[in-house]
Amino acid sequence: MSGFGNALSSSIGRKYVMGITGIFLILFLIVHAGINSLIFLDDSGLKFNIGAHFMATNWIIRAGEYILFLGLLVHIYQAVNLTIQNRKARPEGYAAYNGNANSKWYSRSMGLLGTLLLIFLVIHLKDFWVVSRFTGIPTVDANGNEDLYAVMREKFQDPVRVIAYVLLMISLCYHLLHGFASAFQTMGWNHSKYNGIIKRVSVWYAIIISVVFALMPIAVYTHLIN
Amino acid sequence: MSTGNMNLTLKVWRQKNNNTKGALVDYKLSGISPDMSFLEMFDVLNEDLINKGEEPVVFDHDCREGICGMCSMFINGRPHGPKDLVTTCQLHMRSFKDGDTIVVEPWRAAAFPVVKDLTVDRSAFDRVIAAGGFISVNTGNAQDANNLPIPKMHADAAFEAAACIGCGACVATCKNASAMLFVSAKISQLALLPQGQPERYRRVQSMVAQMDAEGFGNCTNTGACEAECPKGISLENIARMNRDFASAKFISEETI
Repeated sequence: MSGFGNALSSSIGRKYVMGITGIFLILFLIVHAGINSLIFLDDSGLKFNIGAHFMATNWIIRAGEYILFLGLLVHIYQAVNLTIQNRKARPEGYAAYNGNANSKWYSRSMGLLGTLLLIFLVIHLKDFWVVSRFTGIPTVDANGNEDLYAVMREKFQDPVRVIAYVLLMISLCYHLLHGFASAFQTMGWNHSKYNGIIKRVSVWYAIIISVVFALMPIAVYTHLIN
Repeated sequence: MSTGNMNLTLKVWRQKNNNTKGALVDYKLSGISPDMSFLEMFDVLNEDLINKGEEPVVFDHDCREGICGMCSMFINGRPHGPKDLVTTCQLHMRSFKDGDTIVVEPWRAAAFPVVKDLTVDRSAFDRVIAAGGFISVNTGNAQDANNLPIPKMHADAAFEAAACIGCGACVATCKNASAMLFVSAKISQLALLPQGQPERYRRVQSMVAQMDAEGFGNCTNTGACEAECPKGISLENIARMNRDFASAKFISEETI
């Protein structure tokens, strides 16, 4: 591997790692949002539980889960690494700094938004993943599948949790709004014929994904679905 | 010499040298003409200070025509002040209002240590160029231009990249003090032309390695550099540099 030199430890190499793991997580969110959207069928969660059962038992998905956690950890590790370097690159800050004059606030706040998402992730994994994988889902549905939907309904009776989930989906939206298009730029895909579509898809993707996720606790709490 | 009627409060960064701590110092100026350039306003300030027996403010400047890249003030939170596509020397006092308070600081980056007051040492840029920002050719008679066909699009893009004056505004404004816009412009102006091809993949590796060694930060694609660049250097150059870097590291067999 020596021929690759310092490819991955260089500033650009690290950015590629951020971009590639970011795109991977973006693809994961599509799968996650898609399967979770089955709750909107309003069939007491029967189809959703089939999806959850498949995700929990299919060996390809289970293997993919390890890669997902690895991708997430690499994304976080590299973000922390880059942030430390960036801080060192400007030891003394400006007395006056007008960032809004030249860039979007969320593009400058990816670290903050990402940290909020990490806090969310800990709560979220404890709420659902730990229950489904380790402590066990207490009930089964009419099909005999473990009733993850019941767990979801129980968790989203708590208004504090519902508000926290919705607020954190706003930070997800802004994180994706910058991250999606940014990954393409980092990997060198800046092309006059494709820039427009990348920008548009990134805006729609960020909005749709975060709205779909935010609607879940809202719909359960307000009994829009039963 | 000043015949205007603007009254201003300046908060100027004063720092003896890189080993001492600096601070913002307040100065009152009156009778400033709106037709003065920002640097001429500083000349007035310095004349006042000299007449009072105080140390004048040290700042970089040379051509005062917007083409040399020497002037380098961070004015009210933005490099080269509030106007787009101009250097500090081309910024005029009519861009400010009577009674304004103007904060003036040096470029701030670990790779640009303060020499004195508003002057910083930008020789890190020179070392990045020396690492590969050139073409090694044996000189001789210039050959016929038609021997080297260059698509108009590439010639234009190379020219636009070559417009970089190396002032360092991109580093100064970047929240990470990243030099990627500068380095990518200097790589692109050669990578887009036939003369730059023989050393293309060696160059990108050497210059990026030197950029990292100088302690510049990493790019987070905020786009602040492109927005503040007095020469309008495009972010496309950074994407091109990243592409070339990946090609050099993972496809080319040439290493540095």
